Parts: sequence; C-alpha cells; structure tokens
Amino acid sequence: MQYEVVFAGFGGQGVMLIGQLLANAAMMQGKEACWMPSYGPEMRGGTANCTVVVSDEPIGSPVVPAPGAAVVMNRPSMDKFEPMLKPGGLLVVNSSLIDRKASRTDIDVIYVDANHLAEHTIKSPRSANMVALGAYIGRTNAATPEIVKEAMAKKMTNKARFLPANKAALDLGISVSREQE
Amino acid sequence: MEKLMMKGSEAIAEAAVRAGCRLFFGYPITPQNEIPEYMSRRLFEVGGQFVQAESEVAASNMIYGAAAVGARVMTSSSSPGISLKQEGLSYCAGSELPVVVVNIMRGGPGLGGIQPSQSDYWQSTKPGHGDWHPLVLAPSTIQEAADLVMDAFDLADEYRNPVMILGYGLIGQMMEPVAFREYQPREFDKSWTTCGCKGRPPNIVNSLYLDPNILEEHNHAIFQKYERMKREEVRFETFRMDDARFCLAAYGTVARICKTAIAQLRDEGIKVGLIRPITLFPFPEAVFREARVRWILDIEMSMGQMIEDVRLAVRGRTPVHFYGRVGGVVPTPDEIVRKVREMYKEGVK
Repeated sequence: MQYEVVFAGFGGQGVMLIGQLLANAAMMQGKEACWMPSYGPEMRGGTANCTVVVSDEPIGSPVVPAPGAAVVMNRPSMDKFEPMLKPGGLLVVNSSLIDRKASRTDIDVIYVDANHLAEHTIKSPRSANMVALGAYIGRTNAATPEIVKEAMAKKMTNKARFLPANKAALDLGISVSREQE
Repeated sequence: MEKLMMKGSEAIAEAAVRAGCRLFFGYPITPQNEIPEYMSRRLFEVGGQFVQAESEVAASNMIYGAAAVGARVMTSSSSPGISLKQEGLSYCAGSELPVVVVNIMRGGPGLGGIQPSQSDYWQSTKPGHGDWHPLVLAPSTIQEAADLVMDAFDLADEYRNPVMILGYGLIGQMMEPVAFREYQPREFDKSWTTCGCKGRPPNIVNSLYLDPNILEEHNHAIFQKYERMKREEVRFETFRMDDARFCLAAYGTVARICKTAIAQLRDEGIKVGLIRPITLFPFPEAVFREARVRWILDIEMSMGQMIEDVRLAVRGRTPVHFYGRVGGVVPTPDEIVRKVREMYKEGVK
C-alpha cells in the first residue's frame, strides 16, 4: 500500500512541519517514507508545499504528478492541487480560509474549519495545521494517531509547552473527519 | 541501527563528519546551502573548522591546502559554482590530492535555475582543464548518499584523487530515513604530505612540471590510477534485467522514477529492465555491452550527456535512444511509460 499526500498553504501555516511529522511517524512505524519540499525563491506569505510518500515497499518515484490526497490550507493551494488529485482521491479543505466548495465530484472531500477550531476550541491559533493533519490521519491509515503524537514529541523538543495543545488539535481534526464519514 | 529522517544535504554533511572530515570550505549556492549550514554548526562541535570562503575559487584552493597536509576535507557547491571550482580541482588532481566534492546540480547553462537537473554529467565526469577525471558517485536515495559519502573519503585517499558526489535538488532537499553505518577508519599512506620535515627531506605538493617528458610520465601515472579504478571500483545496479528485452539507462533519482514506470510496463507485458550506473566515472561499460536487449532508452534530466558513454559502451551493437527533460522539469513515471509503450508499439529498432 502506498500513500501520497501534498500539504500546501502559505508560508508560516506549518505545512512543511505537518508533512515532516507524517514522514517521521511513518518511518517510526517501520514504513518507507519520503518528504519532498517545493523549494526556491518565495516571499513571505507566498505559497509552500511538500509531498509525502508513505509505502510498505521501497519508494520508486518521489515525484507524484497525481497524488492520492491533498491537504490545502489556503485558496491558491486548493486551486492548484484539486485538479491534480487522482480520481477517488482525498481533499482536506481548510474551510476557515477557503470560501469555495470542491468542484470535482470524483473525489472525497473533508471540510475542516481548522483556523477557527484551533483558535476557539483549542485556544492555540497556530495549531490549525495540526487540526488539518488530524483530518487527514482520521480518514487514512498512513500513520496511527499515537505514532504521530510520538513524532510530535520527538520533533518539537524545544517547544514542549505547545505539545498538549497540538495533540488536542490533532485529536479534534481526527474527530471532525470521522464525523463527515 | 537507529533511523533518522534527514534532508539529503544534512545526511551528506553528517556522513562526512562521521568519516573523519574535520575541515569544510565552501561558498553558498542554492540548492545545497544546507550542507555548509550543517557543517558550520557540526564541525564546531567536533573540533573541526568551517570557513565560508570569499569565493568558490578560494574554497577549491583551501581544500588543496588542507589535503596537502593530510586532512580529510570537503567542499560543496552547485553547477555554476562547480565551474568556478574546476581550476582548483584540476590542481588537486595534478598534485594527486584526496578531496571530496559535492555537486548538487541545477539547470543551466549560465545561471540557469535551481530545480533538479542532470546538466553536469559532462563537467563532472569530463571536467575542466588538463587530462584528468574525478571518481564520480551518483546516489539515488538519501541512504545511498550517506553511504557513498563515507566511501568517497576512502576512495579519495586510496587513489589520491578528487571524488565527486553528484546529486541535485531531489537528493539535496528531500528527506528520507537514514541509518548511518559505523564508519571503520582505514590506514592510508600519508608520508607524502607537507606537515613538517624535521629529520627528513622536504615533501613537495605541486602540479607544475615544466619538462615535457616528466609531465608526460606524470600523466601516464595518473591514468594508471584510472585504469585501476575501471578494474576495481565500477558500481551499478540492475533491476529486472534477467528476462528484459528492452533496457532503460538512468542514474540517480531518475532511476527510481524509471522503476515505478517499469512496474507499470511489466503489468502491460512489456519486458523492460533498468541499468543504473552508480559510478559515472569509472563508467559501468561491461554491463551495458553484455545486455542482450533490442534497444536501450537512455533517460536523463539533460539534453543527453550520459548517452555518449552508453553508446561508447555498446560499440554500436545495440541501438541507444534518448528521452530527456531539462530546465528543472522532473520526468514523471507516466511519461516514461508512454514513451516506452510508443516505442514498443511502433516496433522501434
């Protein structure tokens, strides 16, 4: 089984971080994993994305023209990656910042009010990325929530005080995606 | 062995430190800045020295000096920066100095772009001025990059010759799990170094030979080392070649993209395999020559550079075709599938 997912948003939303958390978690689960960032000259507030491939087998191409899933945190990312998804793919939409519905009917869509939930329910506005990651994890088996939390603890050693909020944000995202099943 | 999720550039730098590299001289250029960044922090921890040189030319002469006193030393850059380093590297080859150079290629010519490209096959395997070659290693995964860097230092010392690690953004920027093997230090003869001559005649490290007869002899001596490399150091990987009727030729991460394409083509009943050179110099000629296939399709992120060595290897016995993407465009498995399918259906010879 192979999972491919693009995490996309604007610089500062933490899309690179949630991609790394998934890749780390997959590795800790004994799977093959690969994280590839977009790189190049970008301005503050510009777009950023990374592709994560998780597989039971050695990973061939780290370049995925039609990913199985995309987590889009802002409108330009949705416009870019929705058309690229493979038929039957999964689109996680941050409905706090994206004012349109998905236009494709051949894909699964989860709408998650990530910024709103992070700010008002978790009281941690910057954990919106974790809510979105939770929504993805809740629908797929790319990595278990427990291992993602372990990866979080390992990765964020110098930000340990934010750990409880981030774990809660992940759980909230998972429950949102399960409600929409 | 503990696995770490690491960026290729950082894995390359860490592998170098674990192989005993304590000196790094470089100059920033995308997409390999994480190598000097990592070294600037890490070498400080292990008692080494990091210098951000005033230019690439300066850095390539600093590694000359470090190698001349017997130190393990590395530099890194990307395509246009490697052009600038070529002068110093030729001096290293002429003076028979063991240095390790990392080239994280980008698109060209000129300033080009910064996205993945294999535009430096020529300037890596057939470099700047003078008759010489570096030994060139081309990893396809981050794990292999880390392993090859450790080997690179030993190969540089074994042959007293520059060794180059050749990657691009897909190696330098990508993260994959890495387990560093326990590096086993080997003893190398360092009696030739210029590190104090008390009680013995002075050693001279130099590439200047004004007597043509002596310089000719020196050139022959250097090429004897290359003949030994061709006998002892050739590395390659074959994939599904046992029953293959058609063969893809690709190096680095492009070979992984080919493997994904091959899985799909095999499902369609097209018997295609892959030969992946790991050493680009010395080039794995024999495996290409001995492959009993209808044709070879050489796939590169260039306008066709390695294809010249593939053609020389098969000596006209096997037709060699080409498919390439350039400018930083990475070929997808689908387009390789389409290309092979098309050639198969048209009965290309």
